[in-house]
Amino acid sequence: MTRHRKIDHPDDDNRLDSMAQGVLGKPVDRLEGPLKVSGLATYAAEARPSGMVHGVLVRATITKGRVTAIDRQAALALPGVLAVITDPRMVRYSAQGMADKGPKAGPQTVDYHGQPIALVVAEGFEQARHAANALHIAYEEEPAPVDPDAVTPEMPQAKQKAQGDLDAAMRDAAFGIDSTYTTPTLMAAAMEPHAAIAEWDGDNVTVRAALQMLASDRKQLADALGIELERVRLLAPYVGGGFGSKLGIAPEAVAAAIAAKELGVPVSVALTRMQEFDITHRRSESRQRVLLAAGADGVLTGIGHEVLVSNLPDSPFSEPVTQATPFTYQAAHRRIVHRIARVHRSCAGSVRAPGEAIGVTVFEAAMDELAEAVGIDPVELRLRNIPDREPGTGRPYSVNRLGDCLREGAHRFGWSQRRAPRERREGEWFIGMGVAAAVRVNMLIESRARVTLTEDGAKVETDMTDIGTGTYTILRQIAAEMLGLPVDAVEVHLGDTDFPPAAGSGGSFGAASSGTSVYLACEDLRTRIAERMGCAEAELRLQDGRASFRNDTRELRDLLAGEVLVAEGHVEPGDAEKQARQATWGAHFAEVAVSRYTGEVRVRRMLGVFACGRILNEKTARSQCLGGMTFGIGMALTEAVEHDPRSGHIVNRDLAAYHLPSHADVPAQDVIFLPDRDGFAGPMQAKGIGELGICGAGGAVLNAIYNARGVRVRDLPATPDKVMP
Amino acid sequence: MREFQYSRASSVSDAVASGATFIAGGTNLLDLMKHEIMSPGRVVDISRLDLDRIEAEGEGLRIGALVRNSDLAADLRVRRDYPVLSRALLAGASGQLRNMATTGGNLLQRTRCPYFYDTATPCNKRDPGTGCSAIGGVSRMNAVLGVSDACIAAHPSDMAVAMMVLDAVVEVEGPAGTRRIPIGAFYRLPGDTPHIETVLEPGDLITAVLLPAPKPGEHRYRKVRDRASYAFALVSVAAVVRMDGDVIGDAALAFGGLAPMPWRVPAAEAALRGQQPSAALFDRAADLALEGAKPQEGNAFKLPLTRRTLAVTLAEACGLEDMQ
Ligand SMILES: Cc1cc2nc3c(=O)[nH]c(=O)nc-3n(C[C@H](O)[C@H](O)[C@H](O)COP(=O)(O)OP(=O)(O)OC[C@H]3O[C@@H](n4cnc5c(N)ncnc54)[C@H](O)[C@@H]3O)c2cc1C
Ligand code: SF4
Repeated sequence: MTRHRKIDHPDDDNRLDSMAQGVLGKPVDRLEGPLKVSGLATYAAEARPSGMVHGVLVRATITKGRVTAIDRQAALALPGVLAVITDPRMVRYSAQGMADKGPKAGPQTVDYHGQPIALVVAEGFEQARHAANALHIAYEEEPAPVDPDAVTPEMPQAKQKAQGDLDAAMRDAAFGIDSTYTTPTLMAAAMEPHAAIAEWDGDNVTVRAALQMLASDRKQLADALGIELERVRLLAPYVGGGFGSKLGIAPEAVAAAIAAKELGVPVSVALTRMQEFDITHRRSESRQRVLLAAGADGVLTGIGHEVLVSNLPDSPFSEPVTQATPFTYQAAHRRIVHRIARVHRSCAGSVRAPGEAIGVTVFEAAMDELAEAVGIDPVELRLRNIPDREPGTGRPYSVNRLGDCLREGAHRFGWSQRRAPRERREGEWFIGMGVAAAVRVNMLIESRARVTLTEDGAKVETDMTDIGTGTYTILRQIAAEMLGLPVDAVEVHLGDTDFPPAAGSGGSFGAASSGTSVYLACEDLRTRIAERMGCAEAELRLQDGRASFRNDTRELRDLLAGEVLVAEGHVEPGDAEKQARQATWGAHFAEVAVSRYTGEVRVRRMLGVFACGRILNEKTARSQCLGGMTFGIGMALTEAVEHDPRSGHIVNRDLAAYHLPSHADVPAQDVIFLPDRDGFAGPMQAKGIGELGICGAGGAVLNAIYNARGVRVRDLPATPDKVMP
Repeated sequence: MREFQYSRASSVSDAVASGATFIAGGTNLLDLMKHEIMSPGRVVDISRLDLDRIEAEGEGLRIGALVRNSDLAADLRVRRDYPVLSRALLAGASGQLRNMATTGGNLLQRTRCPYFYDTATPCNKRDPGTGCSAIGGVSRMNAVLGVSDACIAAHPSDMAVAMMVLDAVVEVEGPAGTRRIPIGAFYRLPGDTPHIETVLEPGDLITAVLLPAPKPGEHRYRKVRDRASYAFALVSVAAVVRMDGDVIGDAALAFGGLAPMPWRVPAAEAALRGQQPSAALFDRAADLALEGAKPQEGNAFKLPLTRRTLAVTLAEACGLEDMQ
C-alpha cells in the first residue's frame, strides 16, 4: 500500500514529538561506521566482478576544437591494451543534478582542456593509464576565450530583478557601500574519486558508481546510452562524499557501460585525483558587486547584488550566487544582476551549497563594511534589518530564526568582548572576531521508500544514497521511532535503483525528503497496527516492540502473527512551498589571529548556531555543520583553483596544491541547534542541514580578519600575501 | 606508469654498480612514475640498506641516507643541538609522509611546479627544449631567485634549507669512490639545463649527510604557506643567530621557496654580524638576500613576504621585543 502526501499545507501536528520510542534526534552512531573503518563497505571502484578490465579516460590537450585523428594502432600494440573507444555516445562532462537527459555527447568535439575524448581499455589499470598517456591525437584547434572578464557576458532576462530605484537610494543614503569581491573556482574534492564498474547481462546493464541521486542518474544514463530506463540498474550503497560533484551521471559511467558492452566483460573506469580536477564540475569563480544603502541608524534602504559567473556556452547551469539575497534583509530598493560569461573552462555545476556558499559569504562581508561605516555593532546591524515578510513577494516566512541565531550566538561566543580593529594583540598576533549570518533555501523533493514490517523488525528500502552524511542512520531512527522498535531492529538498504526512487543526496534535501517518505510508509503501517488494536492511529502507542492502546498492551509479534506488512511512502512538494518563504537560518562567529608580519591567519575558534527544523540525529547533524564550517575556512583562507591564463585548464590538480583546510587550520568548533519546528517543511518539520554550515562561514572569518588586523580582503581566499599589509 | 624492472640492492656497492634509479621512501618517485614524469626502466630499492642510523662523528653527526624524516626530527641530539633541522622537518609534508621519506630522498625530491606534473604542458625540466609553461602561466609556487629563462622552478624541501644553514656535507658513493660535497655545492642552478639539478652522476648513491659541530645560538625555522600544515613553503627562513651582548655575534640564514635550491646569501649574513638588531638592519639583510630577484607577476609577493618573514624570524632569534 502506498501512503502518498503532497505537502500542500503546513503540518504543525508535530506527531513525532508524541512518539514513544525516544530514539529520533538522539546522537546515534552511524550504522555503517564499523563497515567503513574496517574496509568492509565497498565503494564503487572496489568491486571485483570476474573478468573485469580497466578503462582510463583520455583527455583533450587543447581548449576548443575537434579531434581529427587518433592513432589507435600504436596504442593497441602496447602490452595489455584491449581497445581504444571513441563512441559518439560518450559524454564531455557530467550531467547537472536532476537533469532528465544525459549530458552533452560527442567526445570528438572539444569544449575544454582536459575533456574526455576517448577511453583506453586494458587488462590492468596501469597499462591502460600508460596507453592513454601515449595515445597520439591530432586536433583541429579553434581559438576560445577562457577569461570570464574578457568576454561580453550574457544577461538572461529572467535572472535580473529590480524593485524601486537603487541608484536613487544609493545617492540619498546616509551611508553607502559599493564593494566588489571576487571568489575563485572551487572544487568539490570529495574523498572518493569518481568511479564506475559496468557489467551487462544481455541487454541489461548494472553500473556500480559513485553517485548522489540514483533516480535521475538512471534516467541520464539510459538516455546517454540510448536504452530504456528499465534496462539500467545503478548501485551506490556507499559513496565517499559528493559535495555536488556526483549529482549527475559523469563521463566515466557512460564510458564504462559502452566499453563493457563492446568488450563483453565488466569494465571499471576510475578517475585519478588529477582527472577529478580536469573533468568534474567546478564551482564557478565569481565577481560580486554588493551595493548597500542605509540610513544613519543602519536601516537598509537599498540592496544591490550584481554578479558575474561563468560556464561553457551550452550549459544550463549558472552559479545562483544571489539566491538568498532577495529574502535575507529588508530594503525598499533592490537590484539583482546576474551575468554569465561563456568561456571554455571546464563545466561549472553545483558544488557545496551552490549560490549561498559564496553569495552569503560575500554579502555578509559587505554587511561588515556597512556596520563599520555606520559605526554600529555588526550583530545589531543585522538585527535591525530582518524583514517581517519576504521582501518583494510579501509572503510570510515559514519561520525566520535569523535574529534568534544571532542573539544566541553573540551570547555564547562572548561577542561583547569584541574590540575595535587592531586593538587586541598577543605578541605577534592580532586577535579579532567576526560574525556572519547563515542562510540557505530549503527544498523538498519527491521521494519514495518501502518499509517492511515482520516479526523480527523492520526493513527500509529506497534508492536514496548515503554519501557519508548519515542517511542509513537517520532513516533507521525514523522507522524505529514511528514503529516503536529499538534501532537495532531496523535494517536500512540504500543505493539500488531496484528500490523505490528517492530524492537522492543533494541540495540538503535528502534527509527531510527521503525521511518523510519513510515516515509516511511507517504511518501507513501504524494505521494497520492500530486497526488490529481497535484504535485510531493517533491513539496508538508503539514502544520496544509492543503496541498499546489505553491499558491494552500487546506484543507486535503477536499482532502480526507471522504476517509481513509492506508499505510505501511517497512524498511530493506541493503548495506549501509557495505559501511561505522557507529557509534555514544560522549565525557564524569566528575568532582569528593574524600575524602582523606575515599575514598568516589562524582561526582560533568558531561557533555556528543553526535553526533548521527538527534535528533527526544530533551527532550526524552536528558533523554536517562542522564540515560546512570547515569548508567555510577553506573558502575564506585556503581554497582556490588556478586556471592557466592561456588554456583555461586547472593547474593545481591535486590535493597537495588545491588547499582544503588541514587539521591544523581547523580550531575548536562549536555547533548549537536551536529547537525548531517548521510545519511548512512537512509532517516531520525537518529541514536541510548539510549546506547551511558553509553558507556565510567564510564571511565570519573574513570579518574577523578585518577586526583583528584592519585589512579587508575582497579577493578570496585570504592567503598571507593578501593579508600582509 | 610504464613497466620497469625492480630489484632490491643487497649492498651499497651493489646499488652503485646497478646504475639504476634508486627508490628509498618512494613518496616522490612513485608519484612521478605513475604520471610518467620519470620513467626509469630499472628501479633498485635501497630502503633495506644499512644506512638508517644517526651516529656521532667528530664533533658533529652522521645521518644515514635512509634515516626517516620522522626519526631524524625526533632524535634527541638533533633536537638539542640542531633544533633548526628538527623544526624544518616537522614543518614539511605530513606525519604519514615523514614516516616514509628518507634523508637522501628528501634532498633529491623534485620541484612542485604544477606544470612539471602535467605532461600535457611544455616543461624544460621534464622534457628539455619544450619550453617553460610557468613563465607567463601560474607561478605562485615558483622561484624568484637563481632562475633562468628556461626554468623558474623552486626546490620544495624544508629539510634541505636547514641543512644549508648548518653547512651540512653530502656523502656520496659513486663508481669512482666516495665524495664529500658541501651542500652549497650540491645543487645546480637551472641555466639552460634545468633537467640537471645536482652534481650527482648516474650511479651516485647518497650514503649520508654529515653535520659539522653544532652552531651555537638561537635556531629558528619559519615557514609561511597557504595553509597551516601540509603545504609547501611560499617562503621559509632558517636562521641560526648567536648574540654577543646586545649585538649579533654571528648569523647564518637560508631561504626556502625562493630558489631552485636552498638559498644562502653570505653578504646578508655579513651585514648582520656585529650589529645591533633593529628593523632597519633586518631590512638591509633582506635587501641583500633578495638581490637579483626576478619575480613573475604571480609570485612577486614573495619579495615583501620574505622581507617580513625574515624580520620576524630574526626579531625572535635576537630577542627583539617590539619591532616597529
Ligand atoms: C603531498 C606531499 C607533500 C609534501 N610536502 C612537503 C613539504 O612541505 N616539505 C618538504 O620538504 N617535503 C614535502 N614533501 C616531499 C617529501 O619530503 C619527499 O617526497 C620525501 O622527502 C622524499 O623522500 P623519499 O625517501 O620518499 O624519496 P623517493 O621518492 O624514494 O626518492 C626521491 C628521489 O631521490 C632519489 N634517491 C632517494 N634516495 C637516494 C639516495 N640515497 N641516493 C641517491 N638517490 C636517491 C630517488 O631516485 C628519487 O629520484 C611532500 C610530499 C608529498 C607527496
Ligand atoms: S618552471 Fe621549470 S619545472 Fe616549471 S614548467 Fe618551467 S621548466 Fe618546467
